Amino acid sequence: MSFEPFRAFTSKTIVLREENIDTDQIIPARFLTTTSRAGLGRGAFYDWRYDDAGNLRNESPLSLAEQGDHAILVAGGNFGCGSSREHAPWALLELGFKAVISSDIADIFKSNALKNGLLPVEVDAQTHQFLLNNAGVGVAIDLEAQSVAVGEDRTTEFRVEPFARRCLLDGVDPLGALLKHTGAIETYEAARS
Amino acid sequence: MTNPSTLFDKLWERHVVVPETEESPAVLYIDLHLIHEVTSPQAFSVLKERGLKVRRPDLTIGVADHSTPTLPVDENGDLPYGSPEAKAQVEALGENCAVNGIELFGMGDPRRGIVHVVGPELGLTQPGKTIVCGDSHTSTHGAFGALAFGIGTTEVGHVLATQCVFQRKPKAMRVTFEGALAPGVGAKDMALAMIAKIGADGGQGCAIEYAGDAVRGLSMEGRMTLCNMSIEAGARSGMIAPDETTFAWLAACERAPSGDAWAKAVEDWRTLVSDEGAAFDKEVMIDASQISPMITYGVSPDAAAAVDAAMPAPGNESENKAVAYMDFKPGDAFTDQAVDRVFIGSCTNSRLSDLRTAAEVLRGRKVKDGLTALVVPGSEAVRRAAEAEGLDEIFKAAGAEWREPGCSMCIAMNGDKGAPGDLVVSTSNRNFIGRQGKDVRTVLASPATAAASAVTGKISDPRPFLETLEAQGK
Repeated sequence: MSFEPFRAFTSKTIVLREENIDTDQIIPARFLTTTSRAGLGRGAFYDWRYDDAGNLRNESPLSLAEQGDHAILVAGGNFGCGSSREHAPWALLELGFKAVISSDIADIFKSNALKNGLLPVEVDAQTHQFLLNNAGVGVAIDLEAQSVAVGEDRTTEFRVEPFARRCLLDGVDPLGALLKHTGAIETYEAARS
Repeated sequence: MTNPSTLFDKLWERHVVVPETEESPAVLYIDLHLIHEVTSPQAFSVLKERGLKVRRPDLTIGVADHSTPTLPVDENGDLPYGSPEAKAQVEALGENCAVNGIELFGMGDPRRGIVHVVGPELGLTQPGKTIVCGDSHTSTHGAFGALAFGIGTTEVGHVLATQCVFQRKPKAMRVTFEGALAPGVGAKDMALAMIAKIGADGGQGCAIEYAGDAVRGLSMEGRMTLCNMSIEAGARSGMIAPDETTFAWLAACERAPSGDAWAKAVEDWRTLVSDEGAAFDKEVMIDASQISPMITYGVSPDAAAAVDAAMPAPGNESENKAVAYMDFKPGDAFTDQAVDRVFIGSCTNSRLSDLRTAAEVLRGRKVKDGLTALVVPGSEAVRRAAEAEGLDEIFKAAGAEWREPGCSMCIAMNGDKGAPGDLVVSTSNRNFIGRQGKDVRTVLASPATAAASAVTGKISDPRPFLETLEAQGK
């Protein structure tokens, strides 16, 4: 199985300044009673995007998400904390995001995001603060070079776990790579039994 | 001479199928894969699409717990699911398990319960094992000296297909609780005190080992509560070296080794300790004797304080938002806050000892008028044991509801939830905005604190209730 290879891209940001945005915010649990991964975009940040009557809150920065030119989410520290639900990256991707930038991103969310082509980008505190203060700014993300460029003169590096990065750049699914270790797995099982 | 190793190093090394390199994470073997209805269906779909089989159905167990109703069958004999989708999800788990030859603890099975309660009580959870589940509270199983962590659905598929995951080795962190706990203070208070100290991301990238006298003094159930909350500090796993307490628990479990295999297993399990002088990347010391009964006052588990303290002033934008959501005024005593609902349950605090503590507080007392109290045992086995002791009668006499086992109001995806604006004192693990229902305000606490709050109708210090019991010679 292969995915669309992850290419360098430029887009505008949507900023959520809150720290510790948990996966219950990203996709509330009431949307998890599904056996499919499709259709979760509607539930993405539902209670942030919709009022009690189910109308889109125009004042929410997330109201720009579906326009197509705001594919980068900038958020406060410890983004994606909480549950292991992979529904969180599925929902963000379907809403139109291609990358999340924060000072730090929670481990399980990061791992899930990488497996689905939603790029988690952890930047230094200064760049993070600049991005938090400048919603809507254009940002260029290059996974090959592991660089983030904001405007003309602000470029910073980030690091993605090398194997996940390779998989994203080549459009390869890690399960294929894991299956190639079947021989080693058999040897391990035989040695233990 | 080999370098001294941590417990975590030992667990990790035993399960490396292919070592980590700069280009590739380690291939790590998984001894026990627990699956539930919410995070597994999409993984089975991938296997089906790719024509792959479940490699080790014998190391996989299915449990229905998240979407399941906690009310009994209705007059038509139907289970009152929250929605047709919830029912379909539970049925899909049943079908996926049947097709792939996976043992299932489904609706009506006497072994069913919350996945993190069931594994340990059957003895499926054992020292030295690697255990994963598509659920972040899988860290619970580390209480037995296992390496246990939550995974996403893609990884559930990986484990189904290969019995392995790709993993980079996390850093090792040790949290030592020195000294002894004061009366009325328990494992939940220890967990909240630690998270308040190190922050909701204080354990990020780390595997935590809990050590110290106060940890050694905990029952297995208390140890599970402590390890369970590791993820609320950002750590995917928490663990405690096995000891006589661990072996005594397992000796009574039907799926633990028996006969000659038992002696051999215990001999091996005794080696699962951090060696003298083993190095940790991070060390945290906590004086257990200074821990009070704890509650949370914000929308992240690290916003935790002693129950007899007052609401602190917010320090930044996120805290301003939390204060506005919780509607607590800075300077107000927590114990002045009126409570609408109490939830005693979840993989954190729904085991027999949790229910015994809550029952001791509620015995001969009444739940405050107008307040709803829900008690949800962690499993069918916990329910049977509690009923055999008459705990259900104590809860019902006090005016609390006694329900069927499941995750219930911890994740509120089965229909059990609070009403908008409710203040809920909950023994669960997350106080996130909307977690227990839209606009519900969650205060995390121990079973003793939750039960005391149910009686008074305000957030309450449990110690006076427990002191009365002590004075009566109980």
